[in-house]
Amino acid sequence: MVTRERIASLRNPWFTASVGITVAIALVAAVVGFIWLPLQHPGERFTDVWDAICSAAGLVRNAPSGAQIVRADYLTTSVEIDPQMLQGASAESIGRGATLALRCTMCHGARGLSQADTPNLAGQYPVTIYKELVDFKTGARASAVMAPLVADLSDADMRDLAAYYAYLPRVASSGSAAGEPPLIVASGAPLRGIAPCGACHGEVESKASAAWLEGQPAIYLRTQLGAFATGARHNDIGEQMRNVARRMTAAEIAVASEYYTSRP
Amino acid sequence: MWNSRRLVLAHLWFAFACFGAALPLGEWQMFIRSPLHAWISNPEWYYRSVTAHGTTMAYVFPTLVAMGFGYFVTEEALKRPMVGLRWAWLGFALVVIGTIAAIVPVALGLASVLYTFYPPLIGNPFYYIGVVLVVVGSWVWVALMSVNMYRWKRDNPGAPVPFPMFATVAGSYLWGWTAVGAALELLFQIIPVALGWRSTIDAGLARVFFSWTLHAIVYFWLMPTYIAYYTIVPRAIGGRLFSDTMGRISFILFLIVAMPIGIHHAFEDPQVGAGFKYLHSVFTAIVALPTLLTVFTICASVEIAGRLRGGKGVLGWLTALPWRNPVMLGAALSFVMLGFGGAGGLINMSYQLNATVHNTQWITGHFHLIFGGAIVIMYFVIAYDIWPHLTGRALESFGLIRAQLWTWFVGMIVLTFPWHWVGILGMPRRMAFYDYTDPAIATQAAWVTMSVVGGAILVLSGVLFFIVLVRGQTAPRTEPATYRFSVAVRPPRALPAALNGFGLWLGLMVALTIVNYGFPIAHSLATPGTAVPAIKVGERW
Repeated sequence: MVTRERIASLRNPWFTASVGITVAIALVAAVVGFIWLPLQHPGERFTDVWDAICSAAGLVRNAPSGAQIVRADYLTTSVEIDPQMLQGASAESIGRGATLALRCTMCHGARGLSQADTPNLAGQYPVTIYKELVDFKTGARASAVMAPLVADLSDADMRDLAAYYAYLPRVASSGSAAGEPPLIVASGAPLRGIAPCGACHGEVESKASAAWLEGQPAIYLRTQLGAFATGARHNDIGEQMRNVARRMTAAEIAVASEYYTSRP
Repeated sequence: MWNSRRLVLAHLWFAFACFGAALPLGEWQMFIRSPLHAWISNPEWYYRSVTAHGTTMAYVFPTLVAMGFGYFVTEEALKRPMVGLRWAWLGFALVVIGTIAAIVPVALGLASVLYTFYPPLIGNPFYYIGVVLVVVGSWVWVALMSVNMYRWKRDNPGAPVPFPMFATVAGSYLWGWTAVGAALELLFQIIPVALGWRSTIDAGLARVFFSWTLHAIVYFWLMPTYIAYYTIVPRAIGGRLFSDTMGRISFILFLIVAMPIGIHHAFEDPQVGAGFKYLHSVFTAIVALPTLLTVFTICASVEIAGRLRGGKGVLGWLTALPWRNPVMLGAALSFVMLGFGGAGGLINMSYQLNATVHNTQWITGHFHLIFGGAIVIMYFVIAYDIWPHLTGRALESFGLIRAQLWTWFVGMIVLTFPWHWVGILGMPRRMAFYDYTDPAIATQAAWVTMSVVGGAILVLSGVLFFIVLVRGQTAPRTEPATYRFSVAVRPPRALPAALNGFGLWLGLMVALTIVNYGFPIAHSLATPGTAVPAIKVGERW
């Protein structure tokens, strides 16, 4: 029969052996993983052993002195978007937006719909409208027409405009209703790294700041994809649209544009 | 059985019902992303199915099997009525309610986030709350295992805790502690966002918490299988357990080294330092030790049975084994799959080799072979072994049982070997659509088709399993003999306290977790700007 032996005692061989072996393994692994292996990396420039340990522990370190920090040579968007942004606009905000929108009617139509091959804004996501307005204002998105029109808009003005256009009802386009979405919209081209258009722009799933494309003029969509492909338009901060557009064929651009125009 | 018969049956029936529902989903997924079926055009259906399949197979099914088998072991090994039967029913109710709460939003397409959650994806809060309820229900089981063992020890001072109970309690402690990682992630990170209280989430920290659970959960799934290797197999084939002590040491080692190793699931994650990745790699490698101890002990136990049955010579004992006995057959097939799966696991735990298979179909092939293959086939064996004692009716369809085990084995090999192979060819996982008309992957089409065939064999095997159980349920009543677990060659008459309790080992487990996880978690918590906007799934706006 077992006597009531104390486990947590240096005289208990099970205790000393198990704790000793575990500590020994952890110590050896730590010395190898935190000191020896990092120092073997030829590319790393550690100032001392402590620097190597901090690096192996995952601490955020400054770039090595003298290293070049690469920045974009063009203006990037300053808008930080989260999915809850600009939700639940007040009636006052929508009203102010309606007044401000009078200056937009020439191109975008009296109620956000036009035949001028400019984007239809009625029912567009508020985040999209707000972001594009800010980008026009800062110069992140270049447009000789839009730049002077947004120059004197305040941040509140742009939020009000976004609220107003989001509030307007979307209207069915004049095109015939499209059938099954084309492959590029529904499935993308996985082997070329092209996600389905529908994965962000509706149809399958909607993502924050991705525009509502259905019923937009085909020529506008084609032009924008072309601008993304050449890099003339670059206000997608993660290059997600530039990467997609660059790899799309002209035929895919045409078919995707036609499809969205003919929706819903 | 004293008073837990209905309890155990309820657990196992619900477990296998969930398994039966989730099995065809897996085959459907394999089918619709194979060249045999045109693209369904909506990946949401695919991910919805993956979420339902994963949640059911990874959380609900093995947890219920472990709980039900644990209650069975408690009464049969301690040879007295279980303490806390009402609490056990409460735990069961929580698991059932949790399962329903989790699966309904998944079925509605409101939580297609996969069972590994993948923040910043955020689904319907009921999905996560359901998973938490499943975990809480299983914690009731953890507590009951502990209470029953300590009450027995109090009433039998100094006597060795029967090995099946010792192993079961080890498994329950492993689960109790490993579930803490995912519970922290769910309660403090995901659920507040899902309920709309917060809009951002630290996805990197969430992945670290999940890795705490993700690897040890595999050993939790494995526990009933290992307990069956040690306590059912030698008895069922007429042998003796080679060493009781070796068994105890194996389970103790699992408890200590299975836990603090999960960061090898985050080898490609930038938020974890390379030093911690190395540390976790080392402890992952040590898990091979209890596995090899088990392989040795069980092979030795089986050899004892072969020699007792008249087998002679170096290999003659192999032919003398009762191969037509379902337990023998199931254990052998399980060992083969464990061998292949274990070899694959050694590749995954190595930093450099992992880089070539990371996020490829190799990984999905691997965990199906280990869990779906080596582990689940022993769940069937456990069911076949204890079912007559639960129902009082004999399972007499031995031919059907053997056919079921063989089809499960063949199906799993045909499913997972090509699955591994396309992974090596570079086929990524977690994608719903593969364009096999593209020459770059056209050669993979045949392999994926082969996997579809393997999956179909598994569905057939699943059907056979239910036929066996249902036929058993309708068989005439008999009085089953007293249930027995394996007896060791030298049954322990006295044990050092360290091998008869868990204080020391729980201490080591928690200490190692703190050493291996403490800094990465604290660092993420202390670093500003690590949270990203949550992406709500299933919400159109």
